[in-house]
Amino acid sequence: MKNKKYLFDKPKNVKLLIRALYASCFVLFTLDLVIDRHIYHPWEEFIGFYAFYGCLSCVILVLIAREMRKVVMRDEDYYDIKDIAVDDLRTEDENKNQGIEEKKKEDLMMTGEKVDG
Amino acid sequence: MDSLLPILPFFITAILALFTRGWVRAVIMIGTPIIAAYGIYNLEVGHTLNATLMGFELSPIRIDRLSMLFGYLFCIAAILGNIYALYHKDTMQHFAAQAYAGSAVGAVFAGDMLTLFIFWELMALTSSVFIFARRSDASLYAGIRYLVIQIISGLLLLAGIVVYYQSIGNLDFNHLGLDAPGAWFFFLAFGIKSAFPFLHNWLTDAYPEATPSGTVFLSSFTTKVAVYALARSFAGEEILIYIGAVMAFFPIYYAVIENNLRRVLTYSLINQIGFMVVGIGIGTELALNGAVAHAFADVIFKGLLMMSMGAVLFSTGEMRGSELGGLYKRMPKTAIFCIIGAASISAFPLFSGFVSKSIIVTAVLQEGYYGVWLILLFAAAGVFHHAGIKIPFFAFFSHDSKHSETAKEAPKNMLWAMALSSVLCVLIGVYPGTFYSMLPWPMDYMPYDTTHVLTQLQLLFFSALAFVWLKLAHIYPPELKSVNIDAEWIYRKLFPKSIYNITNIWSLFYGKVQLQMGQLLQISQYTTTQFFGADGFLSNFRSLGGMVMWVAVLLSASLFLYYL
Repeated sequence: MKNKKYLFDKPKNVKLLIRALYASCFVLFTLDLVIDRHIYHPWEEFIGFYAFYGCLSCVILVLIAREMRKVVMRDEDYYDIKDIAVDDLRTEDENKNQGIEEKKKEDLMMTGEKVDG
Repeated sequence: MDSLLPILPFFITAILALFTRGWVRAVIMIGTPIIAAYGIYNLEVGHTLNATLMGFELSPIRIDRLSMLFGYLFCIAAILGNIYALYHKDTMQHFAAQAYAGSAVGAVFAGDMLTLFIFWELMALTSSVFIFARRSDASLYAGIRYLVIQIISGLLLLAGIVVYYQSIGNLDFNHLGLDAPGAWFFFLAFGIKSAFPFLHNWLTDAYPEATPSGTVFLSSFTTKVAVYALARSFAGEEILIYIGAVMAFFPIYYAVIENNLRRVLTYSLINQIGFMVVGIGIGTELALNGAVAHAFADVIFKGLLMMSMGAVLFSTGEMRGSELGGLYKRMPKTAIFCIIGAASISAFPLFSGFVSKSIIVTAVLQEGYYGVWLILLFAAAGVFHHAGIKIPFFAFFSHDSKHSETAKEAPKNMLWAMALSSVLCVLIGVYPGTFYSMLPWPMDYMPYDTTHVLTQLQLLFFSALAFVWLKLAHIYPPELKSVNIDAEWIYRKLFPKSIYNITNIWSLFYGKVQLQMGQLLQISQYTTTQFFGADGFLSNFRSLGGMVMWVAVLLSASLFLYYL
């Protein structure tokens, strides 16, 4: 079962699929030269407008998205850290409060000793 | 009573779902939407049910072609979702699903604002169950955030209703326009639920945390009711065109870099709603038909995509693209259904997205919004990129993952639900005429002409070409374990952090003040004790007699001064 070869395990099939895509792109582009399209907007007259637009917009989309990652990407637990951090800090805070109270108690003891003394 | 036939069955079934189990419940759950749809079929266009409640003139049921279409749509969504949900025995979710579907149907048939408000809030409550039902810490917090934002939307709606009723004096829910009293409250309330920019993060936050079947229900109802409400009340408001254009294009960037595949789908959900909002903003009959048709198609194909991802989640327990891949070997049927959904959302000819999205794009061109048209073209290419290719590619193909050895094909009921959705996607795409005849307004539109098919195919194939090139050149951003900061950062990071910082600074300051005051008290106590204590300065060597003498001296001195 483990050694069973699936459709895309063979590099030949992947290549075939990609070549089919290239071929269909070529056919669609040449069809643009043959078929007379309706034009609503002057830019549409440009031969292969939709082909170029589709291709370019996707490349630009991905390039911008890649750059965006530098700004917006954070660790998977980015928002979790907040919870943990709040807890941590809360305990730290409590510790601090406790510390303050202990110090106060010490001070009290000190002064108390003085009073008693 | 007849008038309530579309709505009542859902709520009766919700209660029955609590007490029945097994195949009985399955039959009831599948039968209910059919009965409800039959109820809608029996009602005539123009029918209204009037009622008076505490002096308010209400019309809880109002039937016109717009509400009827959404009614049918929600019945279809309910039946598909119910079939899909049969894999689990969680009574709470089955109950919520029926009540949620009933509320959505109720909301679109509501002829007055008060009824709309009640169903609006019911939808918020019942839908949150699907998020809590995941029963994890993450889903609990996401559910609470979701519920808070949904309730805010409801309260805004209520505020709008109060302002409107004060100045107009009736509650009929018809076209409002932004000049109506309280209109901005309505606009914001609907805007939150239809995920306007900066108000959208409840959707991307909560939906991916819901259960596999829960996300299918969630993606079908809430946002579509909001689209319906916008179409009903704000059709033709130009601002919607630009809001919709922003919605159509900015989530694509997030979708490209997002790792959680169901979150990718929520971003593409916003992108699709963007198309609808543009259509509503244009407001011609053709554009409105396009918006409504696209909402109809979207419920089915987005539901199908959510179902396929839910099946992957159910089978592998994993939704991150970085951890998935190669699943076509183990889940071939799910993979095929997913590809059909992907083809539909990408608007391939012969699939449902093609016949609905193109109406909107044509309307935009006809009205001369060329900038918006270019954005929509970009969005159409982008949606193919992130939803059409990315979702199936990273889940089912890409590299082999550890799950490609162990995953199992989805349960039969899930496969049936996906198969039915796929059939609908193809049917709508192949026979658009029947579908168009259901649309609210008459229109003369033909999706299949050479120009349109050719240009759409060029757009899509060359987008695919770009994907292949970027992938082969290793430019395409790999799936990484990560989260991306979005507008939610404001309330998930900035607010808690600043509140924490403020309280922290305050508590530090307060601690110091307390300490100082304590020390001051100690010092004064100490000095007092020094002077007046048992062993103090004043108690040590002054005798009682001396004190009495001094008192007598002081008294006589004052007496003397008095008589002077």
